[in-house]
Amino acid sequence: MKGPGEVGGGNILEVKDLHVQISTRRGVVRAVDGVSIEVPRGEAVGLVGESGSGKSMTLRAILGVLPVEAKITSGQVLLDGADLTTLPNSALNRIRGPKLAMIFQEPMSALNPVMRVGWQIAEGPQVHLGLSRSKAAERAVELMRRVGIPDPERRFRSFPHEFSGGMRQRVMIAIALSCDPEVILCDEPTTALDVTIQDQILRLLARLCRESGVSLVFVTHDLPVVAQLCQHLAVMYGGQIVERGPVHDVFARPQHPYTLGLLRSAPDVEEVRDSLVPIPGSPPSLISPPAGCRFHPRCQFAEDDCKAQVPPLRPLAGGRSTACLHYERCDDVLEAEGASR
Amino acid sequence: MSEPVMPMKRAGEAGGVPPAEAISPDAPVPLADFVPEAESPPPGPLLEATGLSVGFPVMSPLAARIRHEERLLKAVDGVDLTIQRGEALALVGESGSGKSTLARALTGLLPLDQGQIKLDGKVLGKRRARSDMRRVQMVFQDPYSSLNPRLTVAGILHELLKVHRVVPRSEVASFSKELIGLVGLTEDALPAYPRQFSGGQRQRVAIARALALRPELLVADEPVSALDVSVQATILNLLQELQSTLGLTLLLISHNLAVVRHLCNRVAVMYLGRIIEVAPTEELYASPAHPYTRGLLAAIPRMTAMSEDAPAVTGDPPSPLNIPSGCRFRTRCPIAQDICAREDPALTAKPGDGSHVAACHFAFGPVPAAAAETGTDAKSAVVDSGR
Repeated sequence: MKGPGEVGGGNILEVKDLHVQISTRRGVVRAVDGVSIEVPRGEAVGLVGESGSGKSMTLRAILGVLPVEAKITSGQVLLDGADLTTLPNSALNRIRGPKLAMIFQEPMSALNPVMRVGWQIAEGPQVHLGLSRSKAAERAVELMRRVGIPDPERRFRSFPHEFSGGMRQRVMIAIALSCDPEVILCDEPTTALDVTIQDQILRLLARLCRESGVSLVFVTHDLPVVAQLCQHLAVMYGGQIVERGPVHDVFARPQHPYTLGLLRSAPDVEEVRDSLVPIPGSPPSLISPPAGCRFHPRCQFAEDDCKAQVPPLRPLAGGRSTACLHYERCDDVLEAEGASR
Repeated sequence: MSEPVMPMKRAGEAGGVPPAEAISPDAPVPLADFVPEAESPPPGPLLEATGLSVGFPVMSPLAARIRHEERLLKAVDGVDLTIQRGEALALVGESGSGKSTLARALTGLLPLDQGQIKLDGKVLGKRRARSDMRRVQMVFQDPYSSLNPRLTVAGILHELLKVHRVVPRSEVASFSKELIGLVGLTEDALPAYPRQFSGGQRQRVAIARALALRPELLVADEPVSALDVSVQATILNLLQELQSTLGLTLLLISHNLAVVRHLCNRVAVMYLGRIIEVAPTEELYASPAHPYTRGLLAAIPRMTAMSEDAPAVTGDPPSPLNIPSGCRFRTRCPIAQDICAREDPALTAKPGDGSHVAACHFAFGPVPAAAAETGTDAKSAVVDSGR
C-alpha cells in the first residue's frame, strides 16, 4: 500500500470546477455545477447524494463517457497532471483501462451478454498491455481468482447470465482491475445487491485497495457504505458539493444542514430513535435552481443572505470544507441533541 | 406469541413519546372514522396462516408437456405465520427469499398451492369475498408503476369507494378528502394525475388508496426502497403514525434491517421460502438465534470503518429450484454439521420464551465445537468456500 503522499503530489486525480450541462427540450439542465474533487493516491473518496444530485454525471464526465446531450462546459479533470477534458477520444481510449476504470451499478447491462466472461476480462490486457491471447486468458483466470470467483478455470467459459448478481459484480471488478488502473470509478456498485452480497463486495473492494494501492471514487446514496469503505467524503446537492472532509469527522460532526439532515433522516441499526426527522420538501430542479444556496428552500437555518448569494465551499479546520453560511448552527443542533440524551 | 398484543404498544415503548409528537409537520388529522369497528374485536390473532405454499411453473406449458414434467419453483414452501391485532410485523430476507410472494398470497393476489389463511378465525376461500378482500390491503414497492396513470387521485379513490360501497355515494367525495388529508396531502391533490407527483407523494397516494377500504391489515411491500433517502423518513413516519393512531396492523416487507428496527415490534426472517426465525424486534437484534440472522445483522453497513474480517455470510443463496437437503441454509452456514444435511430443522421455541422461535438444530442449545460463537467470528470455516 502506498502512503498518503506529499502535499501537492499526493493527488492522483483532481477535478477542478467542473461544469456539465445537458440540453433538453425543457431547457438546459446544469447537472454538475462547479464541482471540485481531489483523490489522494491509494485512498477512497465517497461521493454521496440523492438521485439527480449530479454524482453519476460527475463520474461519467471524469471518464469522458457522457451521454450525447451532455457536455462539459468548463473545468478540468487532471489525471496525474494531464487534463482529460482536452484530450480527443483516441487518446482517452488509451487511458480508459490502464489508468482509469469504471464499475457500473447494473452489471447485467454493462457486461456483454454474448461473450464469455473470461474473454471479457482478457480483452483489456490484450488491447492495452499487448498480451497474447493465451497470456491474457491466464491473467483473466488469475483475476477471477483474486476477486473470489470459485472454480475460475471452468467459470472462464461461462456467460454473464449464468452468474448471480454478486458474481457478475465480481466480474465487473475483475475487468476494472485487468489493466492495473490507478483510479477505479464506482457508480453505486452495490445498490442492486442484497446486504450479505453487498458486504462481500465491499470487503473485496477494501482488500483490493489495500493490496494494490488503487484509488477509488465511490458514488452512492448510502451513507454507511461510504463510512465502511472510504477515507474522504464529498456530499453533493443540486449539482454542487456542499460539504467535504474526512469521512468519520463529517459523520461525527456534520457542518452542513443537508448532511445533518441526511444523517437524521436515515434509520440506524445501532440506535433506535423515537422518530426520524425528514428533510422537508424535495430536491431542486436543475433547470431553474433556486437562487442563492440551492438548499435554502428546505433548510432549517435559512436566512435572507442564503437567498442572495451562492455560498462558496469554504475551508474549515481539519481538512474540511462546507458551503453553508451558517454552518456553526449545526453544532448547536448537535449540542442540543447531546444534552437531551 | 399467544398473548394478544395491545394496539399502540410500539408507540408506548418508544421512549414515552406521545404519538402526537411523532407526527410530521404536515400531520394529518386522526379520524375516528378509520379505526376499524372497535366494538370488542374477536379474541385470537388477526391473521393465521398455516402451511402456506406458493409455487410458479418455470417452463412454458408447452415445454412441460414435451418433457412430461412440470418444474415448480417453490417461492414459499410451508410457511406458518400468525399476525396479532395491532402489531407491526416485519418480514425480512434477501431477494428471492419469497417475502413478496408470501405478502401477495396473504393479500389474496396469488393463489395458494397449499395451506390456508384464517382471518379472525374464519378460513378464507380460494376466491375471497369482496368483504374479505377489503380487510387486507397492500402498498406496493414502486409508486411509479402501481398507480393508474390515466386516473386522477380522486378517480382512483372514488372507484374503490364505490365498488366496495365503503361509504354512501353522497359521501364519496368528502371521504376522499378526509383520506387524502390522512396521508398528509392537501385537497389540491385530488384532481391531479399520478405523474404530477414526486415519488414520496405518490407513495402517500398509494397509502391513501390502501386505507380507503378501512383495512385491518396493511401489507407494505418495500414501501420506501424506491424513494430518495431524504424522502424515505417521511413515509416511514407516516406509516408509524397511522399504525398508532388508527390501530392498524402492519405487515412490513423489507430488506433494510434498520427500517425494520425502527418501525416494527416483531420480526420474521425468511430464507429460501421458509421462515427461519421469528422474535420480538429487540430480542432479535440483541440475541439472534439462527446463524443466517446473525450473518444478516453483521452484514449491515455501520457508520464505522469496516474491519478487515471476512464477510459475515459467504457465497450466494442457492437457487429455489434446487433447494439443499436438510437445512436450507447449510450450504452457507458457518456452523453446519452432518445432521444439517440430513434433517430439516423445524421452528422451535426458545426455552422459557415462546415468542422467539428459530429453525436451526443449534438455535438455543450449545453451538457445535467446530464453529465460533457469533456471526462475526464464524469465518474460519467458510472463508475459502467462496473462492
